[in-house]
Amino acid sequence: MASQIPLVDYLVLGDEPHLVAHECTACGARFFDRRNACASCSATEFKQVDVPSQGELKAFTIVAFAAPGVPVPFVAGLIDCDGTSVRGNIVNTDPDPDHVTLGMKVKLATFPIGTDEAGTEAIGFGFEPA
Amino acid sequence: MSVDVWILGIHMTKFGKHLDKDAVDLASEAALAALGDAGVSMKQMGVLAAGQLMAAGAGIGQQLQKQIGQTGIPVYNVANACATGATALRTAIMAVKAGECDMGLAVGVEKLAGAGLLAGGSRKTDSANWEPHGRYGAVAGVDGRIGTETLPGVFAQIGMEYGHKYGGTSFELFAKISEKNHSHSTLNPLAAYSKKMSLEQIMGDVMIAYPNTRPMCSANCDGAAAAVVVSDSALKTLSKEQQRRAIKVSASVLTTDPWEEACQVLPNVNTLTRNAAKTAYEQAGIGPEDLNLVELHDCFATAELVHYDNLMLCEQGGAVDFFNSGATWRDGKTPVNVSGGLESKGHPIAATGIANIWEVCHHLRGEAGDRQIEGAKVGLAHVIGLGSACGVHILEKAAS
Repeated sequence: MASQIPLVDYLVLGDEPHLVAHECTACGARFFDRRNACASCSATEFKQVDVPSQGELKAFTIVAFAAPGVPVPFVAGLIDCDGTSVRGNIVNTDPDPDHVTLGMKVKLATFPIGTDEAGTEAIGFGFEPA
Repeated sequence: MSVDVWILGIHMTKFGKHLDKDAVDLASEAALAALGDAGVSMKQMGVLAAGQLMAAGAGIGQQLQKQIGQTGIPVYNVANACATGATALRTAIMAVKAGECDMGLAVGVEKLAGAGLLAGGSRKTDSANWEPHGRYGAVAGVDGRIGTETLPGVFAQIGMEYGHKYGGTSFELFAKISEKNHSHSTLNPLAAYSKKMSLEQIMGDVMIAYPNTRPMCSANCDGAAAAVVVSDSALKTLSKEQQRRAIKVSASVLTTDPWEEACQVLPNVNTLTRNAAKTAYEQAGIGPEDLNLVELHDCFATAELVHYDNLMLCEQGGAVDFFNSGATWRDGKTPVNVSGGLESKGHPIAATGIANIWEVCHHLRGEAGDRQIEGAKVGLAHVIGLGSACGVHILEKAAS
């Protein structure tokens, strides 16, 4: 079986794919990017924490006009995963306001993005209706 | 004891397509006209602050000096996203307040006609080998794969988030805000677009990022604006006419976003605006109920709604009812964007934060012609640049 690599380093693959965050050990603020220090309290110690894979859609847009090469329409959203906000697309449902609604319950879903020359498959993530 | 600062002269060029003028032409036109309006000359300026965001490294300030007057004064070239113009103005105000000079000039200019998406406008082709790059260790472009980087999409979510929190929003509601601004623009000869648009036309236009259709997005265009500021003491030495037309800067505030949960996931344009407004009202010693007109940053129709709340024009959570009451139409309680706003007047980025001051000054001086808000004495101008930076200025007519 070809090897896999996550689209971003805060997506952990395996039997139960999930997102992880850097949590400030001093104030609890969470971040997804590589950190120099905490933007909330300026402390420099972090621990890795799992982010819940279920959440609620608290904002979305249906992008109809994007850069060349970006397939449209797609739904971009802000998901509240039990107190940790996550950016992601809403997938596995029709991209229209009848199927995507504020407050809807969603859960993490992963899918292949493509395979590179070495045969490695990149895996992306989104959120689908729960 | 802080020095009072006044706007002595101010000008905005026509916004739109200026095929035969470059940025230096437009900046020169605005600067010379602002000096003319003030009745002073370049030789009297003690500081120049200038911005052209899309060419931030080019030194628009010195380029401008080389056309209109190399007097040797300090130049501050500023860049602060869509708050660039307000930042330039505030830089000149700070120099006067600090007592470094009696008068200063602030200029903002942009050449944007025909520009497409200003963010998320391109995505790199996937490389032949997946290799993690950047702060998220991404092996490929994430725009469109993990949310959107386009500004219409980001601000659409900001409006939708407000709707999720407080309820009452809909595609139609946001379109009605745009209908208001396009209606206001018909009275503004300097607007890039000054055509009235019906709700049906707005909702039926090309969808960019739901719920923002094309006329609900700020218009990319060319334009410049400039202002001359003066200290209280220097103003007293000028003519009665100059003193009569001078507009008091009752508050000048710039903020950035304090850390809050989610602010690095979806930009939070709310808290920094609320913080800026709160400080501005304190500085000016007035409240939102005293404002006769407001020019706020409607970069998208979805943004205007949240700023009614952020600027405390309505009670917290009450922006939808406030708009539906008709309060923000030009004949309402608190007219908002009587210029037509960014959606129709246009948004030449670095010019915007001075052009909105020009609009307010124009009314306070009683010189706004057909679109004059009768008896206007106090106004507020607001801009926000993603990243984020927020500028709020409160302006008052001179006591006669």
